[in-house]
Amino acid sequence: MINQQSPFIQKAASVTNIMLMVILALVPGLIFYVYFFGVGVLLNVFVASLTALIAEYFVLKMRKLPPKVYLSDGSALVAAWLLALSIPSIAPWWIIVVGTLFTIVIAKHFYGGLGSNIFNPAMIGYAVLLISFPAIMTKWPSPIENSLSIESIRQALQVFFYGLTQVGDGLTSATPLDYIKTELLQGQILPDITIRNFGLATILTSNQIISLAYLLGGIVLLHKKIISWHLPITYLLSLAFISGLFHLIDPNNYSTISFHLLNGGTMLCAFFIITDPVSGPTTPKGKIWFACMVAILVYVIRVFGGYPEGIAFAVIFMNICVPLIDNLTQPKVFGHG
Amino acid sequence: MLTSVLVVLFLALLIGSILGFSSIKFKVDGDPIIDKIDSILPQTQCGQCSYPGCKPYATAIAKGEADINQCPPGGEDGVRKLAELMGVEYKPLNEEHGAIKPKSIAVIDEDTCIGCTLCIQACPVDAILGSAKHMHTIIEKECTGCELCLPPCPVDCIDMIAIQESTENWKWKYPVFNIKNQKQRVSH
Amino acid sequence: MNIIDTIFKFNGGIKADTKKSVSTVRPIKKIKMPKQLILPLRQHVGKVAKLKVNIGEKVLKGQLLAEADGNVSAAIHAPTSGTVASLEKQLIPHPSGLPDYCVTLIPDGKDTWIEKKPINWKKIDRKETIKKISESGIVGLGGATFPTHLKLNNNNEVKTLIVNAAECEPYITCDDMLMREKSAELVEGIRLALHLLGAQNAIIGIEDNKPEAIEKLALLIKNDANISIKIVPTIYPSGDAKRLIYLITGIQIAKGKRSTEYGMQMFNVATIVALYKFIHCGEPSITRIITITGKVRTPNNYEVLFGTPLSDLIIDAGGKASKNGSFIMGGPMMGYKLPSVNVPVTKAMNCVIDAEPEMIENNNPVLPCIRCAKCAEACPVNLQPQELFWFSQSNQFEKAENYNLFDCIECGCCSYVCPSNIPLVQYYRYAKSEIISDRYAKEEADIARERNDFRLERLQREKEERAKKIAERKANTSSDEKSKVIDEKRKAITEALERVKQEGVSEKND
Repeated sequence: MINQQSPFIQKAASVTNIMLMVILALVPGLIFYVYFFGVGVLLNVFVASLTALIAEYFVLKMRKLPPKVYLSDGSALVAAWLLALSIPSIAPWWIIVVGTLFTIVIAKHFYGGLGSNIFNPAMIGYAVLLISFPAIMTKWPSPIENSLSIESIRQALQVFFYGLTQVGDGLTSATPLDYIKTELLQGQILPDITIRNFGLATILTSNQIISLAYLLGGIVLLHKKIISWHLPITYLLSLAFISGLFHLIDPNNYSTISFHLLNGGTMLCAFFIITDPVSGPTTPKGKIWFACMVAILVYVIRVFGGYPEGIAFAVIFMNICVPLIDNLTQPKVFGHG
Repeated sequence: MLTSVLVVLFLALLIGSILGFSSIKFKVDGDPIIDKIDSILPQTQCGQCSYPGCKPYATAIAKGEADINQCPPGGEDGVRKLAELMGVEYKPLNEEHGAIKPKSIAVIDEDTCIGCTLCIQACPVDAILGSAKHMHTIIEKECTGCELCLPPCPVDCIDMIAIQESTENWKWKYPVFNIKNQKQRVSH
Repeated sequence: MNIIDTIFKFNGGIKADTKKSVSTVRPIKKIKMPKQLILPLRQHVGKVAKLKVNIGEKVLKGQLLAEADGNVSAAIHAPTSGTVASLEKQLIPHPSGLPDYCVTLIPDGKDTWIEKKPINWKKIDRKETIKKISESGIVGLGGATFPTHLKLNNNNEVKTLIVNAAECEPYITCDDMLMREKSAELVEGIRLALHLLGAQNAIIGIEDNKPEAIEKLALLIKNDANISIKIVPTIYPSGDAKRLIYLITGIQIAKGKRSTEYGMQMFNVATIVALYKFIHCGEPSITRIITITGKVRTPNNYEVLFGTPLSDLIIDAGGKASKNGSFIMGGPMMGYKLPSVNVPVTKAMNCVIDAEPEMIENNNPVLPCIRCAKCAEACPVNLQPQELFWFSQSNQFEKAENYNLFDCIECGCCSYVCPSNIPLVQYYRYAKSEIISDRYAKEEADIARERNDFRLERLQREKEERAKKIAERKANTSSDEKSKVIDEKRKAITEALERVKQEGVSEKND
């Protein structure tokens, strides 16, 4: 019992509410993902959530904290969902389990639990998987027709439990970012590169529609004031600015603004990953600096770096700078200065 | 090869001269560490640390002759501050030097006092008012609670009264709530 | 005359359910004289008042019971005629629940006034009037209880009087009802205060949820060119002094600076009415309006004498004055839980809420801070409450001070919005308490060190003086004198020996 002092009234806000709203905002993107790429992602999300809750339960018991209270705050679920949506949906089951365990136990609880983790847990999980299992983590699915048919569900289950080698290679194709990067490296210029067609939708369009669905979810979060505008808007504007700048300078070798904004995990990052409150900055100016630097780093890694997608590393790198950013961007106190 | 040697030599000279210049320009006179230690000590001047006052104890700590956990009136807080200042590990208070007691003030029972001035000579902060064959009394505001006046009194007329909590010296307490027995959130 | 909406907005603040309409449906009520009146000697900021009457003495209504001790203090007057029964420690409205010295007055039922001496302020010197006000017991009735005569003293630097009619906290409606029912006294009081301060203009800052009061006041000031009304939006805490000044004038006053340095002085509406009553009617401060609200059946505002037992008011409002009940003095954002319902009404008590259980017992779990910074968004002083929380929780008081802990006005907006349900303000109060008591302990330690150093010096000095005296005495007897003394002694010994020899010989001869 704590309320023996003022204030004696409280707003009905809670951590659980915030986390649940974030998960709900991810649902539109998830639906389109299933529509284009099959139910593999649902399996990943389900197993990730289960692993996260069980792992967190045991760690909380070890730390002698009340499990019911801390499990119901939903933060483990959000981290698990973000990880599951970041990895290829055709990855075998043990990938997501290892990743989730790393996320929850090491990236979150070893650093102190809720509110004390320095790094974004989902991004740590993703980075660990990417570096440890590069072959599996770079095989992305190609769009499927009739993703909800019994045939494709069976296929998804087979891939999930037995891995790709058993089933065959026809299910994979490169992501747009990956494809464009390799083509450019081989000396092609952009107008000459064509993307393979897959019937209803090309891989390009499917990714773009999923990104737009995440954007929709993000706008709902902004409207409900779960996240503030500083992080997502600045991130998108900075990325647009830098990609537009390079595209203007050399349109043959640098992709367009819409390509960078609607492909890869940009929208997911803008509204769900950099807005993680625990690992991000707390001051408004700090948020703007943080988002700007993440955008620049993401672009640099994408275009000049070794990986096709740079979000995880960019976010982890900027997480290290957060205490410094917070310290340097303290707002002016009423009446001072 | 020659150029690299010359470059390193030049850098060494440059950095060396900067260091030398700083050591002369920013030199701190005297030994302020004793004063810094003394400013952490509570100035009760009770001698429980086995030194005749707070300044001698501070000097001993600075010389390394005394340990930091010999001052009960300073409490755990004082030991922590000393540990931080001296850059050593915190250790709990040494029981040999006395237990932590609540802050008290000495009071003379005027009916019993015989005016012998022995307590006046013992008080380290001159907090006792009086003279030979005249009434002695303790100036409440100046008394540090060191208890050095109790042993010399031949009629045992001095008592230590703990300072009571009143509306004048009341403080807000550290918020404490039970984490382990918390229940799930009741939705509004 | 103008009524305008303000344009400045401070960062943060919250919009809570105001719950004011329940206590404004009925007019201000008075209750019958209680059986005894208990008057604490400290109902104000500053030194405790000194008792001037004797136990058992009969006093008249308005008679001085205890006088102000020095400049920063206020007097206590008898709220009714009767007998002074005792001076002893009794339960007072204080968050600690500790008792303090109170004068108990038993009313004789006649309610006879002392001879009232109104002051013709238009004819008398300002300084004289302010001196008389210092004996009137008037303190800030908005809750701060700062002695008013100190705020009236200024060296002609105050140009604007700001009247605080905002009353931003939920549940409290005493100022609203005062403005509706005593608007004439208020406006006359404003004119008086303008004269006392030597100021030119008065601005009434009022929230937009008080349309009846605005209407009444607008009518009364329509011929005063120098009094105007500025309407502020209903956001808590717009009634905080510095926030209100910012809303009205756009000037931000930092901690440590006073509004007088910017040519402004602020008074609460109830204080101004008290000033009016004292100057015009000669009545010292013995009464105030109080809101009784919450779980009671008929929430209402009362015009109550100081010292009235709170239980009488609660029962009149249809509540239960039980020992297990929880009563909050002040508003739900900044008030505190009373130790019991058996406390007297004091100058600081502007509202008492008979609290619902969920206000007092918050069983929702406290989670760790998730750094969402919603508290920073809500803070009206633009502080970083999450940083202050981390430092206060870990007892790093120096860092907390660096992050401007003492600028915090403890308004409670941060705790209100925290999704982790952390009681943030409790940590700040604790940290401030500790820092202030540490400072005080350090001051005492410095004095003890000085006294000890002086004593050691004195002992050393006495030792040296003693040694010098002994050395001087030794040195004063020179060698010549010494040998003279020795010679004389030798002569005396030789003579004595001779005498003895002579006597021995003469004895032999006989």
